[in-house]
Formats: sequence, C-alpha cells, structure tokens
Amino acid sequence: MSVANIRVAETPLVLYALRRADDALILGHRLSEWCGHAPMLEEDMALSNIALDLIGQARELYTYAAKAEGMENDEDKLAYLRDVRQYRNLLLVEQPNGDFAQTLVRQFLYSSFADLYWRAMMASRDTTLAAIAAKSEKESAYHLRHASEWIIRLGDGTDESHARAQGAIDHLWAFTGEMFAVDDGERALIHAGIAIDPATLRGRWLTTLSDITREATLTLPQNDWMQQGGRSGRHSEHLGHLLSELQSMQRTFPGLTW
Amino acid sequence: MYTQALNMAETDDRGLEDATKAAQFQARIDAEERIEPNDWMPAAYRKTLTRQISQHAHSEIVGMLPEGNWITRAPTLRRKAALLAKVQDECGHGLYLYAAAETLGSSREELVDAMLAGKAKYSSIFNYPTLTWADIGTIGWLVDGAAIMNQIPLCRCSYGPYARAMIRVCKEESFHQRQGYEIMVTLCRGSGEQKAMAQDALNRWWWPVLMMFGPPDATSQHSDTSTKWKIKRFSNDELRQKFVDATVPQAQYLGLTIPDPGMVQDAEGHWRYSEIDWTEFKQVLAGNGPCNRDRMAARRKAHEEGAWVREAAATYAAKRAQRQTAQAAE
Repeated sequence: MSVANIRVAETPLVLYALRRADDALILGHRLSEWCGHAPMLEEDMALSNIALDLIGQARELYTYAAKAEGMENDEDKLAYLRDVRQYRNLLLVEQPNGDFAQTLVRQFLYSSFADLYWRAMMASRDTTLAAIAAKSEKESAYHLRHASEWIIRLGDGTDESHARAQGAIDHLWAFTGEMFAVDDGERALIHAGIAIDPATLRGRWLTTLSDITREATLTLPQNDWMQQGGRSGRHSEHLGHLLSELQSMQRTFPGLTW
Repeated sequence: MYTQALNMAETDDRGLEDATKAAQFQARIDAEERIEPNDWMPAAYRKTLTRQISQHAHSEIVGMLPEGNWITRAPTLRRKAALLAKVQDECGHGLYLYAAAETLGSSREELVDAMLAGKAKYSSIFNYPTLTWADIGTIGWLVDGAAIMNQIPLCRCSYGPYARAMIRVCKEESFHQRQGYEIMVTLCRGSGEQKAMAQDALNRWWWPVLMMFGPPDATSQHSDTSTKWKIKRFSNDELRQKFVDATVPQAQYLGLTIPDPGMVQDAEGHWRYSEIDWTEFKQVLAGNGPCNRDRMAARRKAHEEGAWVREAAATYAAKRAQRQTAQAAE
C-alpha cells in the first residue's frame, strides 16, 4: 500500500454511524457488481437502483460520522482509506454475490431488517440520524418488496430455483444474528434515545421472514448458531478483496482530486 | 419474460405491395407526418427500422460493459454513484429501444438471440477496452458526444416510437456527455500524471470515435433509402464533420492535443481531419477488435447463467395464473 490508513476516533456515535455506513457501502458495492451481468435487463436496472440508494445512504452516514468525529476525515477518506480491520460492516453484506438466488436472499435478509430498523430510527433524538432514517426507510421498503417478490418466485418457481434459494438461506442464515447484537457503546446510545434497540425488532423481522418463506415454500433453518465479528473488524476473507478493488485508485494515486 | 406473442415469422409481402399504398406512404413521409405502429408501411421500411433500432438497443446493452468495468473502482463515492447511474441509464435506453423495436413486430427475445448468435451488430466502439479512469471521462465526452450528434436528428425520424424514444435518450446522453467532460476537466486541472492519463485516453479513443459515424458517404450502403424515408437526415460525413468542429475547441479548452498532426482549420472554419484508417474499422466490425470476444462472452454468460432465473419467473407466473383461474372457478 502506498498510502497510510487514516485513523478514526471511534466514539460511540462515530462508530454507530460508521457501522451503518459500511453496511450500506459494502452491500451497494456488491450489488453494483451485477450491473451489466444480471439475468434480465429489468434486474440490471433494479439491482443498480438499489445499489445507488445504498451508496447514497452510505455517503450521508459517512459524512455524518466525519462531522461527529470532528477531525479531517470525510466520506471518501472513510470509504477509501481504512483497511479491512477498520471496516465495521455486518458479515452478511460482504458475502459474495454467488448466484442470483444468493444475492436476493442476502438482500431479503438485510432489507427485511433495514426496513424495520430505519422506520424505528425515524424517532431518534439525533435529528441527522432521524432524517437519514426517513429517507432510507422509504428506500428500504422498496428493496424489501423487490427481494420478497423474488424469494417467492424463486422458492415457488422450478425445482432448481427452489433448491438454489433454499441453499442460499441455509448458507447465509448464520450471518443474521449480528444485525441484532449491541455492544456497550451502542447500549449507551440506546439509553440516550439516539439509537434504537434492534432486539425489539427481531420478532417482527421473524414474522416477515416466516410469511414470505412460507409463501415461497421455503423453510427457515432451525440452527441458531450465529457468526459474528464484522462490527469489530473481524471479517470474512471476502472483504479484503472487495476493498482492494474499491480502494485501488485512492491507494495507487494518493491525495489527488478526481 | 419477453413478448412471446410477437415470436411469429414475418411474412414478406414486398412482392404484393400496392403501388398506391406505397405512394401514399411516401407522401406522408414527405409531409413530415409520423408513421405509427399500426399504419401501413413497406416491408423494407419495417426491416430497415427493426435492424437499426435493435442494433441501437444492442449497443446500449453491450455499451454497459466497458464503463461497467470501472463501477467497482471509481475513485470517489460521488463518481461511483454517477457512473452507476449512467450505466443504469444505458440499460434503460436498451429496454426502451427494444420496446420500440417490438412495435415493428419482432420480440425482444428474438432480437437478443440474434445478437448473442453474432447475427446482429452493435456499435463497434464498445469493442475497445477501458484501461484507466480517464477512459470513463473520454467515453462520456467523445463517445456520448458522437452518439448525440447521431441521435439528435433521429428525434425527427419518420417512425413515431423511435423518434419519441430518442427525445428521452438524447436528454440523458447530453447529461452523460457533460458528466464525462467534467471528469476530463478535473483530470486536466489535476497532477501531471492525471493530465497524461487524460491525453493517453484521448489518443486511444479519438480515431475509433470518428469511425462511429460509419463509412464515408461514398461507400455507405443504407443511406439512400434511409434518407428518402427520413430515417436519416444527415450523411455520415456531415455528422462526422459537425462532431469534429464541436470537439476541437473542447480539447483546446482542456489543453489536450488531438492525435492528428495533419488536422487544419479551413477558410470556412471547419477542422479538416486526416484520412481515417478504415482497415481497422473493418477488422473490428469483422470481430477482430481488442474486446469483441470478451464483450460477446460476457453477454452470453449473463444470458446463459440467467436462464434458470427467467425460467423460474415464468414457471411461477404460470402457477399463479393457474391458481387464480382455479380460485375464480370455485
């Protein structure tokens, strides 16, 4: 690497915004990998649109994290000059696209949570986060609708699509627990009314999942063992490759304006 | 997923065409009336337009690949979002154009299959590689700039659905062009390395872009009838000259050198360019450009790997329709 990583003063609020920003950027990046390669033109458009929404959310959250930090960082420094150990996204969103079923199941598991999460966050006492939530909630509702419709089509489509969708659910299920985990810093933000407690969303999240998978003739795994680590920078091997691509220009040509 | 009902072979009734109808048709064209899908039209007019509109649609879709090559590596989040939005626009143009072509009686499926089988063409400019970030600026500035020159007159094309599609497409293309030029301005105001990157991209794209306007007028096959039918309003060479005249001052503003040492400005103010290497053009058209094989392989891969998804969607739709019919019968 020809450029040093930035340092981020991760106060609870900075870290909170950064974690959500990283979720949105990494998932948006993954979806953007489909652009030009989707199974049909309508999905090239849909996946790109969802990616654009997520990258937009990431930009707002990074900008807010930088402001809350009050140092010299900005959205691009936060996105392009932190290495894999400094990234704070969920393991779920960094998982490779795989086939169309794996991408849509990943999206379904995330959007079904994000939709509830952003709606609840509209009540945050932090006016910036509440405003970002108001915009993100509208987008997430669409993302969830799009993903749900595909889960039903794939699950209740052909034997092949059913098997692929079920395989993807079984494969990704262990990454869902992290969405509901809270550390001490976040606990304090929850008490202050800045963040919401994701545990309170889990029941409704499961209901959405059960309703859609039932209609799709798919089943949710019984296994409740959950993989964690993304929030503290212990990622899967996949993220490093994604970042080396995402950050290649900023790492090769340090300090320039593009 | 596609319009199956349109998958019927077209009957060739050229021999039976009524001379009176043909004369009335030409009179409508001459009076600048728009021809609409349900109107009578000569079979050759239908065929020419189907070929042109579908080639245009294929170009939009294949054109997603060279720029898509940089979505995951765009240097800032703002550039990343803008590029993704742009490539997505191109997909939208493709869809819009396939829909316009379908109004002439060929299904999207049929048209896409012809492209994947190598029977239908797409713009040869997309057979060149995007090697650096400056290529993204250059494509916006020059490739989209050339596309606009070609497409603005098509907004007045005699075929209504194509003309209307072009109005929207041109608005978006013009935005893309400004976005590409803005990337070039940023590079040219940047470091020496960035400016060199911009110059290198211009050097590589300049001649292929001039070739986008098609062969010289003296050798163009389709121009005569297309002009008579008001599908084409300006000749290849006229549009090429217009483009060069508009582009030279833009390059000068950037401080970049057009890679044509023989270029001179004539007494009327036109920039006269040197002879174009049509051998290269023919080679690229024949499948021997730097990226022809990659582009086709990428489109075929997406199509083949997506087959099970399209099949699942169709199967599910059929199941649902069956259930609804069964419910209604109860």
